[in-house]
Amino acid sequence: MLILIKGGRVVDPGNLDGIMDILIDDDRIIEIVPSGKSEKGGSGLLKGRVPERIIDASDKIVVPGLIDMHVHLREPGQEYKETIETGTLAAACGGFTSVCAMPNTIPVNDNRQITEYILKRTREAGNVTVYPVAAISKGLEGMSLCEYGDLKEAGAIALSDDGKPVSNSRLMRRAMEYARGFRLPVISHCEVNELSAGGVMNEGAVATRMGLAGIPNAAESIMVMRDIALCELTGAHLHIAHVSTHESVNAIREAKRKGIPVTSETAPHYFTLTDDAVSGYNTNAKMSPPLRSAFDREAVREGLSDGTIDVIASDHAPHSSIEKDVEFDFAANGIVGLETSVSLCLKLVEDGVIGISELIEKISKNPARILGIEKSIKIGGIADITIIDPEAVYTVDSGGFRSLGRNTPFNGWKMKGRTYLTMVCGRIVFENIMTQEGSL
Amino acid sequence: MQFERKDILDIESLSAEEISFILDTADRMKEISKRPVKKVPTLRGKTVVLFFYEPSTRTRTSFEIAAKRLSADTLSISSGSSSMVKGETLVDTARNLEAMNPDVIIIRHYSAGAPHTLARLLKTTSIINAGDGMHEHPTQALLDLMTVREKKGYIRDLRIAIIGDISHSRVARSDIMGFTKMGAEVVLGGPLTMIPAGIESLGATVAGNSDDAVRGADVIIMLRIQKERQQSFLYPSDREYSKVFGLNPERLKKAKKDVLIMHPGPINRGVEISSEVADGPYSIILEQVTNGVSVRMALLFLVAGGVRNVNSD
Ligand SMILES: [Zn+2]
Repeated sequence: MLILIKGGRVVDPGNLDGIMDILIDDDRIIEIVPSGKSEKGGSGLLKGRVPERIIDASDKIVVPGLIDMHVHLREPGQEYKETIETGTLAAACGGFTSVCAMPNTIPVNDNRQITEYILKRTREAGNVTVYPVAAISKGLEGMSLCEYGDLKEAGAIALSDDGKPVSNSRLMRRAMEYARGFRLPVISHCEVNELSAGGVMNEGAVATRMGLAGIPNAAESIMVMRDIALCELTGAHLHIAHVSTHESVNAIREAKRKGIPVTSETAPHYFTLTDDAVSGYNTNAKMSPPLRSAFDREAVREGLSDGTIDVIASDHAPHSSIEKDVEFDFAANGIVGLETSVSLCLKLVEDGVIGISELIEKISKNPARILGIEKSIKIGGIADITIIDPEAVYTVDSGGFRSLGRNTPFNGWKMKGRTYLTMVCGRIVFENIMTQEGSL
Repeated sequence: MQFERKDILDIESLSAEEISFILDTADRMKEISKRPVKKVPTLRGKTVVLFFYEPSTRTRTSFEIAAKRLSADTLSISSGSSSMVKGETLVDTARNLEAMNPDVIIIRHYSAGAPHTLARLLKTTSIINAGDGMHEHPTQALLDLMTVREKKGYIRDLRIAIIGDISHSRVARSDIMGFTKMGAEVVLGGPLTMIPAGIESLGATVAGNSDDAVRGADVIIMLRIQKERQQSFLYPSDREYSKVFGLNPERLKKAKKDVLIMHPGPINRGVEISSEVADGPYSIILEQVTNGVSVRMALLFLVAGGVRNVNSD
């Protein structure tokens, strides 16, 4: 099938930026020319061919397919929260052509069978590409290493015990050394359990006022510093997940300056919200790490701005009302993010924190580089393309989410900018038919 | 003024005017408790449910006596009884209770915010918070305010010292907000492991040590120290706590001459407070208990009785 994407501003950082037309044949990009030339029939991009579908992308931004490298798809084991089908539909709707699936499924993705199962279910029901992340330790228990060689062969793209830290420093050291041999990045959920134990939100005035037990910044940053030290020792590729504190940002900045091979990510809620969002015992603002102070939020934004933080990933963590409609102390950690991420990211651009080109680096090019995959708009390349409508204004309605999870603190928020179309391997997996104000 | 609140969830949301109004009402209720027949028909036909997820003989009894003196029917459900099925969520329990149309639910819960959740869910039933996790214990603060106002005649500009485990104390949070709203100055003392981050934002100041906290105090509120806190490294031993932070006759000399000593109970004699002080002339610990009934009668009356009834009995 021949598809023409016409008149959009193509932004592929380090490669393209301009108003261009893109011609796609099946799963490949076959032509890219400055816009207008495709009209001239035989002499232009079409060379006499008639596209079956012409997408008018004028006033829109056409970018390499977005990657969310931190997603909990819940399948296998907790299909009542999310499935590979619904999670990837939410991803498509959010503009993501690829997601990384975290291994804290039931059973844990710590062996070849589960990795293969996830990939099989993706082939059967997936709407976007799924890259399984395998566990660092068996059962996420921090006691013994998983079979990284076998897991990589089965399709695992990275390693993580996400949801839990690797508390044993010796195991983490060996995991990083061993993973380096397979060129697998190690994604670290940084938390010192003894410091976070019992805590349910950020430690500070808001927690004190609400009578909730706090989690200090040091619970994260101490582990970030340990992992950086182990990264320096082993030379493995360390990727710090969901950075939330200013101390972590500073430590990563310093490590990068020293040439240590560390990369990092944050999530939209950490650069958008503060622990004030917990007020009223809002369990949809409970996550790990917790929402921090305004000072930390500012530091995260600075980290994004100066490149200390390479990636924005949503940490999409769907839960049902069974886990969230309970006392704050007992509510599960995590919020859904796939369907609000791009809009919150575009707000960063509007606020002048980063430019559109830097944003596309953080939600496409950098995750691709970290994971060792390719995302480019180039002739001959795979047609993974996202089209963003930066001017679309809408109100978030969690009731309309494709995800089974409704646990978002952004319900009812007015947003500007959203995904207009998502294409995976030349196949349109999401298209926003509402041109004017509408709800998600 | 017209008291319009459906629920009494915390001191934080009450205005100084509302607090004064509650205290005035409690003063009038106290008169009922002094009569030979301590019962008025004000809440006849009303159902008050005492819903205690945490054991508390003291607070529950106080509420129960208060409700009975106003002729309400009371029903007590505690976490041990069969009505609270294991595994049933707070939301389900709340809906079940509402289906039986109680007028007031008094809830004590180990999780901060549980009464607020209940109040959001139940549209007609009034909720009174009898203590939620480490958050608030509004009726305790109101009875503390009532007792101080009764003894001193006023609250404004008094220096109130609160000493002990501020971090884990809902009484401390409610007292800090209550006394500062009424114009008093609140000074906190205790080991720094027990002073929570950002507590100054509630309007209190943190003293360097117990002597500084006690110095010049008009009122000293001692908090109960929980022995299991030693396991989480909050303090080394009862011996050290008593010596450095406890209230004894020697330390008491630094306070004002007419100082009042309070304690929300139950007390650990010889740990946070010495027997000489607890039983001494400055102690008003038992008056607090007496006033607890009056304050709870006032609240039950205000949320379930309506202002129009105030002078009719
Ligand atoms: Zn995590």
